[in-house]
Amino acid sequence: MELQKPTPRPGLVLEVDRSTPPILFHHGEGFRLESLPAGRSRVLYPGEPLNPIEDPDGAIRESLLNPIGEDPLPSKLFAGMKLTIVFDDISLPLPPMRRPDIRQRIIEIVLDLAAEAGVDDVHIIAALALHRRMTEDELRHAVGDRVYDAFAPSGLLYNMDAEDPDEMVMLGETSSGEEVQMVKRAVESDLVVYVNINMVSMNGGWKSTATGLSGYKGIRHHHNVDTLLKSSLMDHTDSEFHNRNWRQGDVIKAAGVKIFQVETTVNNNVFGTQGPMSVLQKREWEWSARDRASFLAMQKGLQVMPNKARRRVFQNHLAPYGMTSVQSGEVEAVHDKAVGHMMEQQLVQIEGQADILTMGLPYLSPYNVNSILNPILVMCLGLGYYFNMYRNKPLVREGGVIIMSHPTPIEFHPVHHPSYIDFFEQVLPDTTDGHKIAHKYEKQFAEDEWYRHLYRTSYAYHGVHPLYMWYWGSNAMNHAGRIIIVGGNVTAVRRMGFTPATTLNDALEIASDVVGPQPTITHLHNPPLVMADVV
Amino acid sequence: MIAESLAGKRIAITGTTGFLGTALVERLLRSVPDCTLVLLIRPGRRGAPARLQREILKNDAFDRLRNSLSDDTFDSMCQRRILAIAADITKPGLDLDDEGRAALADCDVFIHSAASVSFDNPLDVAINTNLVGPVNLVETLHDLNATPHLIAVSTAYVAGTRKGRAAEELLQAGAYAVPIDWRNEIETARRARLHAEDRSRTTKSSDDYRAEAKRELGAAGTTALAIKSEQLRDRGVRKEMVDLGLSRAHALGFSDSYAMTKAMAESAMVELRGDVPLSIVRPSIIESSWAEPFPGWIRGFRMAEPVIIGFGRGLLKDFPGSPEGVLDTIPVDLVVATLIGVAAAGPSDADEVEVFQSASGAVNPFRMAQFHAWTTEFFRNNPIYDEYDQPIAPPRWTFPSADKVTRQLYRARSGLEKADGVMRVLPVRGKRAALAADIDERRENLDKAIGYVDLYGKYVVCEAEYQCDNVLALHASLPPEDQASFQMDPRVIDWRTYAYDIHLPSVLTAGRGIKTAPSGRRGGGRAERLRGQVLAPERPLAAFDLENTLIASNVVGSWGWLATRNLNRGQRARLVLKALTEAVGLQRLDRRDRVAFLRHFYRRYDNASVEQLEHDAGELFSDLLVKNSFPEAIRRVRDHRAAGHRTVLITGALDFIVKNLEPLFDDIIAPSLEQVDGRYTGRMLTAPPIGEMRAEALRQYALEHDLNLQEAVAYADSTSDLPLLEAVAFPVAVNPDTKLAVVARRRGWLVENFEPAPGGEHKILPVAPYLPRARRSA
Repeated sequence: MELQKPTPRPGLVLEVDRSTPPILFHHGEGFRLESLPAGRSRVLYPGEPLNPIEDPDGAIRESLLNPIGEDPLPSKLFAGMKLTIVFDDISLPLPPMRRPDIRQRIIEIVLDLAAEAGVDDVHIIAALALHRRMTEDELRHAVGDRVYDAFAPSGLLYNMDAEDPDEMVMLGETSSGEEVQMVKRAVESDLVVYVNINMVSMNGGWKSTATGLSGYKGIRHHHNVDTLLKSSLMDHTDSEFHNRNWRQGDVIKAAGVKIFQVETTVNNNVFGTQGPMSVLQKREWEWSARDRASFLAMQKGLQVMPNKARRRVFQNHLAPYGMTSVQSGEVEAVHDKAVGHMMEQQLVQIEGQADILTMGLPYLSPYNVNSILNPILVMCLGLGYYFNMYRNKPLVREGGVIIMSHPTPIEFHPVHHPSYIDFFEQVLPDTTDGHKIAHKYEKQFAEDEWYRHLYRTSYAYHGVHPLYMWYWGSNAMNHAGRIIIVGGNVTAVRRMGFTPATTLNDALEIASDVVGPQPTITHLHNPPLVMADVV
Repeated sequence: MIAESLAGKRIAITGTTGFLGTALVERLLRSVPDCTLVLLIRPGRRGAPARLQREILKNDAFDRLRNSLSDDTFDSMCQRRILAIAADITKPGLDLDDEGRAALADCDVFIHSAASVSFDNPLDVAINTNLVGPVNLVETLHDLNATPHLIAVSTAYVAGTRKGRAAEELLQAGAYAVPIDWRNEIETARRARLHAEDRSRTTKSSDDYRAEAKRELGAAGTTALAIKSEQLRDRGVRKEMVDLGLSRAHALGFSDSYAMTKAMAESAMVELRGDVPLSIVRPSIIESSWAEPFPGWIRGFRMAEPVIIGFGRGLLKDFPGSPEGVLDTIPVDLVVATLIGVAAAGPSDADEVEVFQSASGAVNPFRMAQFHAWTTEFFRNNPIYDEYDQPIAPPRWTFPSADKVTRQLYRARSGLEKADGVMRVLPVRGKRAALAADIDERRENLDKAIGYVDLYGKYVVCEAEYQCDNVLALHASLPPEDQASFQMDPRVIDWRTYAYDIHLPSVLTAGRGIKTAPSGRRGGGRAERLRGQVLAPERPLAAFDLENTLIASNVVGSWGWLATRNLNRGQRARLVLKALTEAVGLQRLDRRDRVAFLRHFYRRYDNASVEQLEHDAGELFSDLLVKNSFPEAIRRVRDHRAAGHRTVLITGALDFIVKNLEPLFDDIIAPSLEQVDGRYTGRMLTAPPIGEMRAEALRQYALEHDLNLQEAVAYADSTSDLPLLEAVAFPVAVNPDTKLAVVARRRGWLVENFEPAPGGEHKILPVAPYLPRARRSA
């Protein structure tokens, strides 16, 4: 007899009282345990990992044969056709998942179906947009060795190059004048299968292709301060950012580009149930003596490690994610369904906004896989991503204070983030105002020949990328009355226009200037991911 | 009476571009309206009239006169009253042309004030100017049949280092006369110079100078080393002659060669003068003026100034002497008044040589303790600021014996020399190498301090008391209005006022580069300024070295990376071990001759597949070059491009390795390897641009593109790049090794310390990331 798996418990809002143990704050490649003031603090916990689909390959095949709003995939495949499979790049999922990656599963099945149909013109492309090229190791991890060895040596599996004038085409303009740019091979294909892994509700839908397969000319129309100020990024129904992507999707459709979208969701089993990291996924009052011991041991161990070794330990962590859904077919219908599955895992209702939002920032953002979380990425992780993990309204009231915890070292990956270094050294000392930055520096960074060269031939993010990261935080910077980073490098924190604090208590003390002496506090206990439904 | 007695007189003067001479010309023009002047000026490159305009009449001494007249009147008066003639007193006949001879023949008075006043001149130079000069002068007068009243400016220190009264009398007449054959001294000094020059060119000396040049500069290339060893040789000869002058002077009882040669000149003139009437004026230490043309007027850096500034800067921690020792100082205007007074009075009726000592010590002594107290007070109230904008506290002097001070200084210097020796062989760069420059700077400062103590210390401990009765009598003989106007009586000086209110402020104003107020700038003010110059739009070209200038890696690193790229673990380990065992030998070869090193090293590429290396060079670009690049350096290259400058990379690294850097540069000058059947042979097609070849490559490049190197910028990291750095007007030393750090500091070059990106991974061994077997190429 098979044992029934226990039903995972949903997320919750904990009211902090005097018996609440110290709460875990992620802090880069380390952690802090912080006592939040009793009586006026709440902690938003994610739900436990949903039970994954037991036979993912079967579910994928099933979905491809029974898509939403489209004919079954095999009916779209025929000999002599041009098929292009596009997949999400290294920025998803976070952290990278253990092998086999979902992308590998889907691509292998799609290739099987294509082979059955006699399709022999297949390209497999990493949808980088302006992200860095994936290395061979990373590509192998995402698509599997079998696919890589079959396609890469003959040049049929590759990173897209948004700066190759011969490889990119302009598809036209939206009704509002946004240009649409796309990888030429995708446009010329009879079918584009987009293979997605959805981590947060911002991704997927038309953003996959309208942004993912575009270059600077298309992306600049939504990656800008004015658009982002009008966007609730994790809620595509209330986001100018998504409106613009969707409008670009209309142009893609109208241009006759046939997209077969495959969206998947994963549970939030980031740290697993085994090993020292598993404690990070438990609620503090439920820590056993063994959990406490292993947490302490981990803390001590990390403290004595040199920076680089510590970074390697974390960067080598692969998440045992389980796939919770797969849906394929027409872009928008697929996306809506995927978002529903995502919300099932992530959404937790909380009543009312707080004066202060606290967040512990971990070591990883979408842009530093196998890399370094530099100060600008720290900002973006906190203000661009975590702050936006809400529906309806932000967790913190307008004019409230955001307190983030991260060491924020002045460290940069020289290969991945060259233009970030210059942004930090040249732009931020001049101004931190998004509009001014856009006006004065965007063209220069976007069109810089050296950055372009590094993006195309090395493994660098596009020159304009750090500016986009900065824009990503505009909404939060505009919303908050003050932003404090606890335990951060003072120079870096100040240069970004934030206030440094040594301890959480200091930060709360500093915050009292803005929100008074008895503020209400919400702590976003993230990761694993949790999204607030603020009612 | 003075103005009247000199009215209509024609006065010839030498040494008018000097301190005393300028003051004399000014005073005569202003206060003796009806005399005319014939100035004997060494023509130099510009000619005597131009030097008169630029170096004499432009001086602020003439401001007073200029302001009392209009500019035009001043100019026309000068035109009317001054005749500048080209003359060189060290040459027989003074090198006069006919016009000059005619002008000189007509003169009524001849004031000879030209001298080489430096205390540390080489013996032959001092003799030539101070002794041969007056001899030539007297002989020329005889030759012209002219008998003007010759007034020779000498020095009170001709009395030597003895103690007690020094009267206003001829040396020969005094009780302490030392018989010296001045003709013989001229001859032996000439011979000594010849011998010294010879000795500096023996095989051993040449080898020694070359070795020293090498020690200082390293593998800087033949030309740079040749220039350096010649410089060292020249300096060696000079030092020998200076030392010779000092020891000869000491042997004859003088403090230095200046006083000695002046004393001999007096004897020579007395002996040779024939019917030329002669008066001798002996000033003590001439310093800034008491009242005329304005209080505190000074020209150039005088004797006491370096000591005063050294004190203010805290450089001279102590000074020999005794608190009651007398600093025999005399303001320049008192000396000028004495000279004019003597000229107006005319030669003695008895055809005797009259001596006037313009000195203060006997009648109004200025004591060392006073000097120290007032100077200390002055610098407490008006401190000099150091490079960090901190005021420097003046040191407290204890007046120990000269020996003790010198011993301390020498001990400190020998310590620094040892430290310097160690630093120069240490393989450190950038900020740590700046320590070597600090040590060098401190050693130089110590050398200066030692120099001051050596030379000036003797004047301070000199306890001779220079009598000035003749000057006082001359002054007393003047009518009251002249007495007031031509003040020559040292008793008029209030030393406190003179030191605190007049002299010290004027020294601070006259001394260049002295910070008398905090600059108020944060961070490197000077470096910022230099950076601005380097990036100025008018620069046509910026040349860059690669290794340690733009990236922290070298040819060995890139070879190691490529060589290990396709090896299994065992092979990698063997290769690394082998490379490590060869490292010492390679480094030695590299230090001795970099071109030979590269030739030898590049043999390793023999039989390597061109296609494979080109393919691997793509990954190498990211994993080695970009990863180890200095972001600030890359930014600088791009700043140059943004400023519209042409950028060129000149490197000894192979072309296929640096190919991916192309977007940064307009051109890359790098060696290529010969290819046969798709494989490299390990031989270079052209000599690599290293050392002088690097400068040559740049010159050639500039020529081809019509660029002016006099406006260009170059970045490099080691002394082997000296020829490249010296080829441009704006050299930048990047992360310099110790030798280059010292050179850069001395020459005031911009020094940049570029660092790899903070947080980047830096491998100890330059090996490629490990590839599983399936992914390796054969």
